[in-house]
Amino acid sequence: MIKVVFFAALREQLNCNQLSLNCENLATVADLKKQLASTDEKWQQVFSNNSLLSAVNHDMVNGEQAIKSGDEVAFFPPVTGG
Amino acid sequence: MTKDFHPEISIQTADFSLADEVALLEYDNAVDGAVVTFTGRVRNQNESKNVTSLTLEHYPGMTEKSLGKIISTAKERWRIGRVKVIHRVGELFIGDQIVFVGVTSKHRQDAFAANEFIMDYLKVQAPFWKKEACEDGNNWLDAKSSDESKAAKW
Repeated sequence: MIKVVFFAALREQLNCNQLSLNCENLATVADLKKQLASTDEKWQQVFSNNSLLSAVNHDMVNGEQAIKSGDEVAFFPPVTGG
Repeated sequence: MTKDFHPEISIQTADFSLADEVALLEYDNAVDGAVVTFTGRVRNQNESKNVTSLTLEHYPGMTEKSLGKIISTAKERWRIGRVKVIHRVGELFIGDQIVFVGVTSKHRQDAFAANEFIMDYLKVQAPFWKKEACEDGNNWLDAKSSDESKAAKW
């Protein structure tokens, strides 16, 4: 299983803080994103945003990053702290 | 008093005291002649809208890891002594302090450069998000491309 967490505007758009899913057929962050986008029309639209950032186990990564069971994957908009 | 009692990174809802933070950077520190501090505050206007308050969200765990990496990089690039980064989260109002970066070094150039580097990278890598409350409702702030280009210059 993989834990997936969402933040800020993305969390609100999806109305979802986090979910767990089976990752048997998912090799990379990009695969996971594709699977999440296939949930329904709203998720498809939200994940079509190319500016979304992703992290695996608290490190910023790109779509090619490999994922495995036990990982925590996060998706969020560009950051605006400071 | 040793450094162990004063972690370099603090994510907190509470306000902080600039004087207390400077005192900690200077305490029992005779080697560093330079202390550079930056404090960021909530402005009353953003993109010509009147802002009444901000709510700051973050990604616990990743925030500390990300700031830790930025501080390590700064320590590799400049000869600096002590570092402290404080970032507040939760609801903040006009004039409230949001962020503090303090750096000490033997001579001023290293502390000036490292302080600005830490702030520039915090802006584009640390997972914080601001939601503004304005007269016409609440909006998540958009990231600025100028922040990206500023960080890329280092």
